[in-house]
Amino acid sequence: MNELPQQLVNGLLLGSMYGLVALGYTMVYGIVQLINFAHGEIFMTGAFGALTVYVYILPDGTSMLIALPLMLIGAMIISTTVAVGAERFAYRPLRGGPRLAPLITAIGLSLALQQAVWAWYPEAKSARTFPSIPGGPFEIGTVTIQTGDVFVLCAAPLSMAILGYFVMRTRTGRGMQATAQDPDTAKLMGVNTDRIIVVAFALGAIFAAVGGVAYGLKYGQIDFRMGFILGLKAFTAAVLGGIGNIYGAMLGGLVLGIAEALSTAYISDIPGMQQFGSQSWANVWAFVLLILVLLFRPQGLLGERVADRA
Amino acid sequence: MRQRSLIAVTAALAAGALTLTACGSRDEGGSGNSDSGKGGTTVVIGIDAPLTGDLSALGLGIKNSVDLAAKIANKEETVDGVTFKVEALDDQAQPSSGQQNATKFVANDEVLGVVGPLNSSVAESMQKVFDDAKLVQVSPANTNPSLSQGTDWQKTQTRTYKSYFRTATTDAVQGPFAAQYLYNDSKKRKVFVIDDKKTYGAGLAATFTAEFKKLGGKVVGTEHIDPETKDFSAVATKVKSSGADVVYYGGEYPQAGPLSKQIKAAGAKIPLVGGDGIYSADFIKLAGASGTGDLATSVGAPVEELPSAKEFVANYKTEGYKEDFEAYGGYSYDSAWAIIEAVKKVVEDNDGKLPDDAREKVTAAMQNVSFDGVTGKVSFDEFGDATNKQLTVYAVENGDWNDVKSGTYTG
Repeated sequence: MNELPQQLVNGLLLGSMYGLVALGYTMVYGIVQLINFAHGEIFMTGAFGALTVYVYILPDGTSMLIALPLMLIGAMIISTTVAVGAERFAYRPLRGGPRLAPLITAIGLSLALQQAVWAWYPEAKSARTFPSIPGGPFEIGTVTIQTGDVFVLCAAPLSMAILGYFVMRTRTGRGMQATAQDPDTAKLMGVNTDRIIVVAFALGAIFAAVGGVAYGLKYGQIDFRMGFILGLKAFTAAVLGGIGNIYGAMLGGLVLGIAEALSTAYISDIPGMQQFGSQSWANVWAFVLLILVLLFRPQGLLGERVADRA
Repeated sequence: MRQRSLIAVTAALAAGALTLTACGSRDEGGSGNSDSGKGGTTVVIGIDAPLTGDLSALGLGIKNSVDLAAKIANKEETVDGVTFKVEALDDQAQPSSGQQNATKFVANDEVLGVVGPLNSSVAESMQKVFDDAKLVQVSPANTNPSLSQGTDWQKTQTRTYKSYFRTATTDAVQGPFAAQYLYNDSKKRKVFVIDDKKTYGAGLAATFTAEFKKLGGKVVGTEHIDPETKDFSAVATKVKSSGADVVYYGGEYPQAGPLSKQIKAAGAKIPLVGGDGIYSADFIKLAGASGTGDLATSVGAPVEELPSAKEFVANYKTEGYKEDFEAYGGYSYDSAWAIIEAVKKVVEDNDGKLPDDAREKVTAAMQNVSFDGVTGKVSFDEFGDATNKQLTVYAVENGDWNDVKSGTYTG
């Protein structure tokens, strides 16, 4: 059986999830040059927000058709609150300080959020089961797609389209572009840059929440550590695609996801490479790819060569 | 330029962090709350197990069972003039935390024996610390053969650490036992072997593979997963296209559950089989409905069915522990009881008092301990391994583990 189409779909699904989370990294970086390492945890709190809605708010046995939109809203409310709160209380006081100060704060915040969920969310000390969408798998040729995967397949391109429209067509979106290009001049032109930064954090959190729900639906479980590795991969995806570029984030996610799936599937078939082909090596190959791309295109796949401001 | 160097720094941080996925230390696991005795000497039984994180279900079962043993010993005044207390430390299933905990136990003079750890990889990091201090360690759960029989155990067996004992059966028996069951009873011929590259998982997968091949079965594929992710879709697709009729997984339930689920979702409706590391109620929760028919081998006969275990199960219920005793409850109780028996011997030989070199004497006494425990006869062979080599195959049916076959592996 030819497993290539299935492996491509596996990579596409994983990559879409990386892409959704990478959007948040890239937007915040584009505007404040901050690598928000707590973004993986914002993704995690979003997933727990959705679980809260399903388990503790909705009556038992609510159809997923009704529950899913409400869970998405719950996820977005929680993750946006966390992200905006983090911006207001952890990052804004440090703006204008040395670059490394907010970076270290972000790492600290990431650990703090993990531990907070671990300590205070009911039964979050081990994995919690997430509701799944009923319905059998769909067979298209040799490819099997689960109902939970359909969600991410629809949500990722839709999110991308909405974000693209927002950034290009709306007033706030143009304000974001202006702030990214030159914050001081943007301020002189009457753009409220503080507000723009909050919007960037909030938007990133909304897409992370969609990613969090997608993760829960796909794997059927969430835990307090789920955002850590996924956040690092999403950050990698953002750098791969060209950090600061929103389309690059999605493309980087897809490339990374597909690279991981294909390296797991095929590298062990190359003669002499058998011991380097298992899934435990997929991270290594993903980073080899990242290094190769950055060697030839330091600005990332879709990144623009912009003059350094600092 | 500064901007670019910032990216370089953070990329390096990210790559580094990927390898260091343990995240911060958590609470130290409060010391147990055994009844404080009526004067006399206090002996502390240390407990080292993962009390938080993925494997905490098994770890808390170990902690509670040891606590129960200490309480019973105090109530029945098993050792005259000695009150047992327990002190539990959390190793988070990380070898580095395990070693720190071992150092802490050694530093506490009241500790005369330690029960734990759960993970073979954690045990590796603790053995030398305990052996240097001549402090006895009894693991209820380690199954990797090299811990007691040396790294070259397949050829020449030598005992490296005189202070290491275990009540669990080793993988030298468990892997082949599973292979024989699958080949002879389930009539499986084509296996796909997956492990998590850890001491326990890789060792178990290796002993299974060797026996399955010897019997005439075929290994149609091997794969090593990354235990830090939950996405096994690429591996699941490989399993499906390999045409295997069974999957053997060497590893633990936090990965085995999602793996089983994703293999079935990929369209391969074949059972996943694992060792005692997946024999947990949490496996069933994580694997979901499609996990029905998955198999696990675990050490000993089913605790619930042994007549000797009835009292343990009843006492465990009476104490009202929040968590279930899980796969290793009976073994943990027996491990703690072995320490209690050894302390008793030492105290009796020294006119009812603890000698100054109590640790060394307890370690020596452990070698000759023999009593009827929860899991059957408890005694140790020349390597410190349990003499009881019984194993049981369990299957997931109606959302629960049901025992299918018990037996001992015979060469």
